[in-house]
Parts: sequence; C-alpha cells; structure tokens
Amino acid sequence: MSSANQYKPSLFRGLWALTLRELKKWLKDPVMLTMFVLQPVIWMGLLGKSMNIIALFSPSNLGNLAIGDISISGSMLSPPVNGIIVIPGALISQQLQQMFEDIGAKVLQNAFGVTDYFSFMAIGMVSMIVVTTAVFSGMSIVWDRRLGFLDKVISTPVPRAAIIFSKVLNATLRAMFQATVILMLAYLFGLKLSPTFRPLNILGFYAAILLLGIGLSSAFLALSIRSTRIERPMQIVNLIMMPLMFASNTFFPTALMPDWLRAIARVNPLTYLTDALRQLTILSLDPSALITDLISLGLFAVVLSVIGILLSWRYLTE
Amino acid sequence: MADDIIKVEGLTKVFNRNLVAVDHVTFNVKEGEFFGFLGPNGAGKTTTIKMLTTALKPTEGRASVLGYDIIDEANMVRRVVGVVHQEYTADEDLTGYENIMLCADLYGIPRDVAKKRAIELLELVELSAFKDKRVETYSGGMRRRLELACGLINRPKVLFLDEPTLGLDVQTRTATWDYIRRLKKEYGMTIFMTTHYMEEADALCDRIAIIDHGKIVVSGSPSELKDSLGCDIITISIKENADITDLIRSVEHVKEVTNMGNSYWIKVELGEITAPLIIETLRKNGYTVTRLSLTEPTLNEVYMEYTGKSLRDTEESREAFRAYRITLMRARK
Repeated sequence: MSSANQYKPSLFRGLWALTLRELKKWLKDPVMLTMFVLQPVIWMGLLGKSMNIIALFSPSNLGNLAIGDISISGSMLSPPVNGIIVIPGALISQQLQQMFEDIGAKVLQNAFGVTDYFSFMAIGMVSMIVVTTAVFSGMSIVWDRRLGFLDKVISTPVPRAAIIFSKVLNATLRAMFQATVILMLAYLFGLKLSPTFRPLNILGFYAAILLLGIGLSSAFLALSIRSTRIERPMQIVNLIMMPLMFASNTFFPTALMPDWLRAIARVNPLTYLTDALRQLTILSLDPSALITDLISLGLFAVVLSVIGILLSWRYLTE
Repeated sequence: MADDIIKVEGLTKVFNRNLVAVDHVTFNVKEGEFFGFLGPNGAGKTTTIKMLTTALKPTEGRASVLGYDIIDEANMVRRVVGVVHQEYTADEDLTGYENIMLCADLYGIPRDVAKKRAIELLELVELSAFKDKRVETYSGGMRRRLELACGLINRPKVLFLDEPTLGLDVQTRTATWDYIRRLKKEYGMTIFMTTHYMEEADALCDRIAIIDHGKIVVSGSPSELKDSLGCDIITISIKENADITDLIRSVEHVKEVTNMGNSYWIKVELGEITAPLIIETLRKNGYTVTRLSLTEPTLNEVYMEYTGKSLRDTEESREAFRAYRITLMRARK
C-alpha cells in the first residue's frame, strides 16, 4: 500500500542495535566501569590476601612444643630389641615443626583443592562479578521506562523479543568482559593455574558464565520491568547477594559446611558456576564434576530464562 | 474528498476498572490533514495516542490507521506511523546521529538508506552541526527537534505528536511550530497532534476536536469553531473612573460584560454593528471612549463555551493534575 512498508523490521538487527546501545552507554562511562571492576578486585586483594590460610601452618605458629621424652619397650619394635628405648621429645618437636608446612599444604589441598587460598578466592570473585553484573544490568530497563525510551522502542515495529534479548545479551556480554578483566588481574596478582589448564578451557569458562548470565539476567529483567523505581530491584539484590555468596563455595568449600548450609549451597547456581570456573582454571580437572556443573547451570539457565522471558514478554505485549 | 486515514469508533480505555481515561471517542482523520486533540491535562489525549499507536490496548471500541486495525494488525500500524512522545525519549548518552540511526535499526531500514534520511532530517531540523554531540548537551528545543527527526525516519504516512512543545518557552515553542510546518510541507504526512495550548492548536491544525473528561465535546476547523459561537469580543477603555458594566450590558446584542479593571471585556453578537452602538451609548451618558478593539473569539472562548470552564484555569491546578498523572501512570503500568 505504501513505500513505508517496504522495510521489514528484523529481530537480529533490532537486537544488535539495542545491545550496542547498552554497550556504548556502558563504555562511555569509564568511571562506573572502573568502580564495577574495582569492587571484586578489592575483595580479592583484601580477603584473598589477608586470609592467608597457609600462613597458619607456619612453623613459628607451633611455638616451643614441650614434648616430653617418650619411652617405649624394645619388644614393640621390629625387629625387637632388648631393654627400653627413649626418644627425646626435642627430636619429635623438631620433626613436627619441619613437617608442619607440609601438613598445612595437605590440609589446604584437601579442603580447597589448591594450596593457596588466594587462587581459590580469586575465582570466587570472578563468579561474584558475573552475578552482580548479570543482576544489575537488567535494571537499566527501569530507567528506560521512566525516561520514556522504552515507550519509544515499543512504538516501533521492532520484534518484542529483541527488546528482551538485548537486555539479557548485554548483561551476559558485560559479565564475560568483566570476568576476563578479573581473571587477568588475578593472574597478575599471583593466581596459580593448574597443570591441567589448557587454553581451550577458556571456552568452557565463558560457556559457564554465559549460562549463568542468561538465567540470572532474565529473571532480574522480569523483576525490574515491573518496577517503577530503581529502589525496588536494588533492595532485592542487596537482600539476596550476601546469602547467595556465602551459601556457596565462593569463599569456603561447601564440604566443610554444616548440613543445612550445604543443602542450600547445593541448589545455589553460584556453587556450580564457581566450581566450573575453578575446575577449568586452578583445579586439576575432574571431567565428571565439570559436566555436572555445566548441566546444572544449563538447567538453571533454561528454567530461569523461560520464566523471566515469558514474564517480561507478557508485560511488553499486554 | 480525501480518504479517511484514521478511523476511530467508540474507542474507550478504562484503567483499573474504574478510571475512565477515554470514553467512547469517535472521529476520523483525512489523508493529509493536520488534526488536533485540544484539551486540558488528563483529558485522555495521551491515552488516545497510546491506543492509536498500539502501545495500549483499548478496553472497548475499534480504530484503524491506514486501514490496519490497531489490535489485529498492530505490527503493520507500527511500521507505517511515526510517534513523537511527550517525553524526551532520546538516549542522553548517545549522540543525536546515533539516536536517529538506532531508530532506523528498530524499523529495519537499510543502513545506506537510513544514513541518507538521517542526514536529510537532521538538516531539516537544523541539528546537523550538533549531530555528533551527546544529547545530554542539547537544549529543550533541540531535543524536541531530534525527537521529530526520529519520528520521521521511517517516512510515516501518519505522524503522531503528543504535546510537541510541552515545557518549552514561548519563543522555542513558536520556532518548533515552524519546524513542524516545514516537515509537513516536505513529507506531506497526515498529522495527529495533542496539545493543551490553544495557540498551538490554532496555529497548526486544520481541524481540532476539543476533548474533556475523555469525551469529544466538539470538533471542527478552528475558524468554524470560533464562528459557531456567533459572537465577537470587544475590549473597551474609558477616560472616566467609573463602573459602567451595567450601562454596557443594557446595549443591544451585548451578551456578557466583565470589568477587567482599566478595561472592559465584552462578548457581543454582530461586533461590527454593536461597537458603534456601545460608543454611542457611552457618549450619551457623558463617558469618553479612549480605546476600543474588536476581535474574533479565540479558542479559549470556544473552549469555555463547550466545557464551561477556561482552559487557562484548568492549567492552573497543577496539584490536581500531578495527582491525576500519578494515578494514570500507576494504572498504565
């Protein structure tokens, strides 16, 4: 009927344009960008370096072990000897002090999978920034709505899916970028990669982030799209961030947690993300554990994104 | 006769089951026409635009734009219309050019075509020199012009303007009217505009509908509406310091007299005949007329006649308006 009809709006074009807009906005604000990266770096630096768990096992921490002489009957030895054998306590004490560092390393190795807490913590921080970025990015829709930008986009023929996916894609791309920055900084600060690390692992690293990013950002988009003010989603994020982080393996291995906490950690997607990221970087890779992690993250992504996208969709088209 | 490009029949929007924003509105807009909705804030103008541009679903009634049903063919409607919203919708962090290209992407206009159009539109609204500056740095008038340019990127057959000069100072407002006229002349699209400024409706529209409490009270061209009142306005001043309200009222054809302090505002029939009569009567009674002006009624008089209140008065009660807006915003979400 008219020449205006000749151009068809396309999902991918719209999606890319809207995502690019978000990324441009983000890159044009270097202060915010730095602040966002700074936070996990501070956590990593302070907590990772201050909680120098291996230093607990420094020989000087044993002090002067007053171990008395030990006498044993010669018949207990093999081959048995006559009489009584006396082992001087000082010798035992000296021996223990020499072994203490090895014991510490063993304990850490068993509990954390690595001998330095910093590496453990640093990957935890990568997870943290992925979660915060995924959650906060979707909130920009509250502003889009208040400032009328969303109204404008809705009045164009761009497929509604492009509007929703652009938010999710933007959140996920940002999360990937920031995770890369944190990982590189951590490496500079002394993160030890495991001998099983291969460059190809980075692909898995991004895949895990992608899955969690999609799931979390869709869920938070559905939440934010209905909020008329930014405070509401902010409050919710503040409320859940801490428990989400601590009830997971981000700071501490779940194996050492009480049962109830471990039960929460088991359904916490952050646990799977962090474990997957550690498997791929600092731990000696356990393929079956990694597969479990990725499947769990995949399930999580599917469930949350379906719910989130449907809810957002309904809002945009009602 | 040109065809009806917008057809609206019994269009109604009820928010939260009890807030009737638009109440069985019926009207048609002809191709190429500049049609205006004039009414106070909260009369249902924006809600009507939102329904016609498919941002809101009507509770009742039907409407079509270019033959496309606003409910069943919403996507087609979106493709052929342009919308300039009441708010400044451009992204402040992007440049004017980036904003306009973003719009083009949303409409799926090929990049090379979009570039040409963007440059042309920016030229028309005189923003070429600022196209690579962030919108953040733009003045209110510049932002409005950018919004206009964005609304035209898809060469719409129908352009919807929602309060296009809201919040602008008088000078910028008249300048914006010139841009709107220029764009209409260039592209010849049909325009549907809402406004609560009478001067704006008078200056731009071929035909207006006065809307109040969600209903159309009267419609016609501005001059038809003014003529329909069948009266003229005489303003008169006298040398003497006396109240002559009753004296003027006694003159034939005088309908209404208001003492404005140092002058009198008089509504009369047949102004050309009545004016000399008034002067005559005053002279007979020993008064000297120092000034007299005879004018046609403005849309304000039209508005008063049909709604029983002054549009300027309704503009005053800002508190009530704000409360209403908040209710409406909550209802719309």
